Parts: sequence; C-alpha cells; structure tokens
Amino acid sequence: MRTIRVGNAAGFWGDNLDAPRRLVEGSQLDYLTLEYLAELTLSILAHQRSKNPDVGYVPDCVTVLEGLVSHLPAQPRLKIVTNGGGMNPVACARKIAAALTAGGHGSLRVAVVSGDDLLPCIDDFLTGGEPFANFDTGTPLGPVRERLASANAYLGAAGIVEALGQGARIVVTGRVADASLTVGPAQYEFGWSPDDWQRLGAATVAGHLIECGAQVTGGMFSGWSDALPLHELGYPIAELSEDGSIVITKPAGTGGAVTVAIVAEQLVYEIGDPAHYLTPDVDADFSKVELRQECPDRVAVVNATGRPAPPRYKVSMAYRDGYMASGTLVVCGAHAARKARAAGNLILSRLKEAGVVLARTNIECLGTGDTLPGVWARHDEALEVVLRVSVHDPSRDAVERFVREFAPLAGSGPPGVTGYTGPRSKPYPVFAYWPTTIARECVAPVVDVRPASEW
Amino acid sequence: MPKPTPPPDQPLRLADIAHARSGDKGNHANVGVIAYTPAGYEFLGRYLSETRLAEYLLPLRPTQVERFAMPGIGAYNFVLHDILAGGASRSLRTDSQGKVLALAVLEMPIAAPANWREMLSPPVGREG
Repeated sequence: MRTIRVGNAAGFWGDNLDAPRRLVEGSQLDYLTLEYLAELTLSILAHQRSKNPDVGYVPDCVTVLEGLVSHLPAQPRLKIVTNGGGMNPVACARKIAAALTAGGHGSLRVAVVSGDDLLPCIDDFLTGGEPFANFDTGTPLGPVRERLASANAYLGAAGIVEALGQGARIVVTGRVADASLTVGPAQYEFGWSPDDWQRLGAATVAGHLIECGAQVTGGMFSGWSDALPLHELGYPIAELSEDGSIVITKPAGTGGAVTVAIVAEQLVYEIGDPAHYLTPDVDADFSKVELRQECPDRVAVVNATGRPAPPRYKVSMAYRDGYMASGTLVVCGAHAARKARAAGNLILSRLKEAGVVLARTNIECLGTGDTLPGVWARHDEALEVVLRVSVHDPSRDAVERFVREFAPLAGSGPPGVTGYTGPRSKPYPVFAYWPTTIARECVAPVVDVRPASEW
Repeated sequence: MPKPTPPPDQPLRLADIAHARSGDKGNHANVGVIAYTPAGYEFLGRYLSETRLAEYLLPLRPTQVERFAMPGIGAYNFVLHDILAGGASRSLRTDSQGKVLALAVLEMPIAAPANWREMLSPPVGREG
C-alpha cells in the first residue's frame, strides 16, 4: 500500500525560519507544507497591500522558499504547498519563481490558487442575499460593511488537487483551510473521490495535527519538564496511506518527542465539537480518535472519520476598529505590586486631566496573577513586577497621547520604576474579527499553473 | 472492591491526573483536558462538569461552557464562550488568545477520590 510523507515546517507567520530547511534535510518527504495564516493575518496583509500593491503575502514564505531552492535537486519528489500567498499569492509566486529561475529551475511549475478574496465583490454578494451575519452573535454585516478590511472564504483542497494535477511543484495559495494543505496532496496522490468522507476526515485529522508545526512534537506540551529537551526541535511529518491510515512522526535525531500525550494535546487544540470539525472538504469526526504509540516518536492515529462537507464555507472577515497600544514598565522594591497598580491608575488619571478619555483600558500587574485575574491565586509579594497598560480607542491621537504618558512616570511616579530601555510603543490599527459563512456555490478556486520562468 | 488508599499528603490538583491545551476561536476559547489514565478519565467524567469549570473560570465571565467527550484519548473538550474579552483582535489582556487557560485549569484543586493513585501521571517524556 502506498504511503506519502507530508512534513509541516511552519505553524504561523513568525515561526522558525530554519525549520523548513532542517526538515527537508533530515528526512525524505513527498510534500512540505508551510502554514502561515492565523485568523487575523489576512487583515494585516490586506493593510500592507493597500499601501503597496506588490506586497500582501507572508514575507517569511519567500525567504524560506528562496532558501530551499538549492535543496530541490536532492529531493526530486518533493513538492511544496503553502498558504503564504496571503492576500497576494501572485506577487508571492513571482518572488518564488524568480528565485527558482535564478537557480536554474525555470522549468519547474509554480501554481497560484486564489479565489478566496471576497472583498472586491462583497456588495454583489450582499445584494444577492448573503447577509454575512456574524456567526457568533447573529448580527448582520451592515454596520461594519464600510469598515471592512478583508473578507476571505476558506477554500478547501480542490484547488490544490487541481494544481498538482497540472504538474505544479510548488503551490502558493491564499486563504485555504489549514488542514486542506495536507488533504490536497493526499487526495491528489491517492485519487480519493471528493466524497470519500472517511478518508478525507482522516487526512483532515492528520492536517490538523501537523498544521501548528512543533506543537505536536513537544512544543507547548503542558507536561513540560527538563526531561524533554526542546532544542533542535523536530518538526512533524504525517504519513498518510492510501486506505486513510495515519502516523505522526518526526525526523530521527531531533529534539522533542512524538508521544500519545503530546499528540492528544494537539488533537484538542482550537477545536469546538470534536464530532464536527468543519472544513470545506469534510465534516471531520475527531471524537472517536485513538492514538497508539507504535515505537518511539511514532504515533498511529486511528478511528478518524468524516461526513459530507458542510453546505457553507467559513468566511473570515476583519473590519477597522480604531487603535490600540500597550505600554510596559518594571516596578521594583517593597510594595512593587501596589506601586505598579497605582502607577497604572496614575497614567489614566493624568490622561483624564488632560481631557483624554479612552474607550477601553486594562491595567495588568504581571507577576501577581493578572494574566487571568481571579483565576490564578493572587501573589502580591514579589519584589519586581511588570506593569502593563493597554488601551483601545477610535482616535489614533488619543492612543498616541496615551503612549506618551509612560515616560513622565520615571520622575513623577512611585519609586522603583525602571525598564525604559525599549522603544516607545506605537498605536496600531485594530482589525476586529467577523466570522461568517457563504454558500459554497458562490466560491470557486482559481488555479493558475506556469513554469517558474513564465511568472 | 478497590483497596482503600490513604489520602494524598498534599491536596491534589487537576495537573496530577491530567494534562491540557487551550487556544482561541475568535472571542471563544477551548480547553481540552486529557486524563493520564482510564481511572482519571472516569473521574473527570463525574467531577469536571460544565458547571464546575464555569464556576472556576467565573472571574473571566464566560457566557456558556460546553463539554464534549473524546473517549478514545480519555479527554473532555470544553468550549468557553466569550471568555477572551475581545479575542486576538481586540482583547486588552496579555493572554488575548487564551493560551494560558489550560495551565490555570490544571491548577484546579480536586477532591481526591479513593483510587487517586491509579490516576497519577506517568513520567514525562516517552511513554508507551
């Protein structure tokens, strides 16, 4: 029975830039996936593209791919699938194609999968009867329509399957469901039917397990101890077989571990009802999954299944919602926590005296239990704490005025205030999240495959 | 009948019998609590109800707590509605994505049942 090996070496924008090269060097892979898009990444990329039409993709993706060009001859089977195209997959593909061509690989085929960006046609959809109601609150889109910064449907595996069928060696996508980066290669390689719910469900579990990179090989493990070294952490590989069986593993000789406990933690990561993990490909069922340690660093995933795909695609929207900023200071000595809280209140009261009232504020005294106030037991006895004050307001000027209020505390606050060495924080635009859905017939992937030299 | 065991020297925490991971979905978060042993899973089923977890997390004001069983891995997944004060995009908290919720849940004190020794964690690292 055939098996393919899919490695994932990026779990988010900002993940370790050396991980992809190390994963490719450390094992023979059929596919390398690179997953870069969190819920809000696209709104940040849309903001960048609005200032410069040549950007709007995840720059890490290009850096990584440029670094991998010289490795391609040693891994003739390797194909790469990434959603690092973000809001501008064509620009991303052009950069990658240029590096391939410069490296003498101009004939390699590079694909762009797009069609996820709904913003250009949003009013047509609205007049056509799509309300885009927020699926958490039920509120219709109306009031925030004018402030929309991005609106992207989650595409499934279909566009990736088509791109691979057209001979693509590298597939660059926009918003594709994270797990579909793994489902696409398996569906293409094994010729699974798009209604083979059981196998698509199993491949979705595999994709879910590896999509966050090292979180399934020991990173973030709540049972952390020094006994589990995390240096040179291995990134994960999913072995998917034709019959839908799945094994999670990592390259030999790397740090971390693949154990039942670690894989179980990633199975539950960011899920809702485990019986209904919805993607555009399948309504996957994780609820009866069992994990078996086959040998060190190999865990088999069994009993994953699925049901017919949901009739509507998830859509991730973001709208402009004013500005936020946070500032931090270190406060030391006796009564550090009391002094820090007083200093935080002083900042806000001085702003008030200056006529600046901010819409939302939060004072945290880190080191005392304030990351989850009231849940953590409170510890006010530390001799040093971090004061963190965060604000949100429609006015950029008001938020700018807030960040200027930190420096004066050095000479006009309680004693023991220090830690001014970093640069002053800056107000940043807020892109508030608006989760919604769209009928699947309204969305179709657009696939464009060309030799690298022709991008 | 199981042999009676003496109570533990220290009060038990959930972390003694389970591990957990949490993350965000918009303004909601989830915490998956995974028992180390079958006895621990059976105990979680009785003890760690939606109501008990909602009470424990009350200062963070979740609007609803749902629980889902995952018997194949000995886990319960809890969905904590509206607990993130705005979520990744708008929350003014340091932990805007609910990453540390799991660790806080693991600090929950638990009333040690008679068979508590059967629930304790194996050595960390490489089991199986």
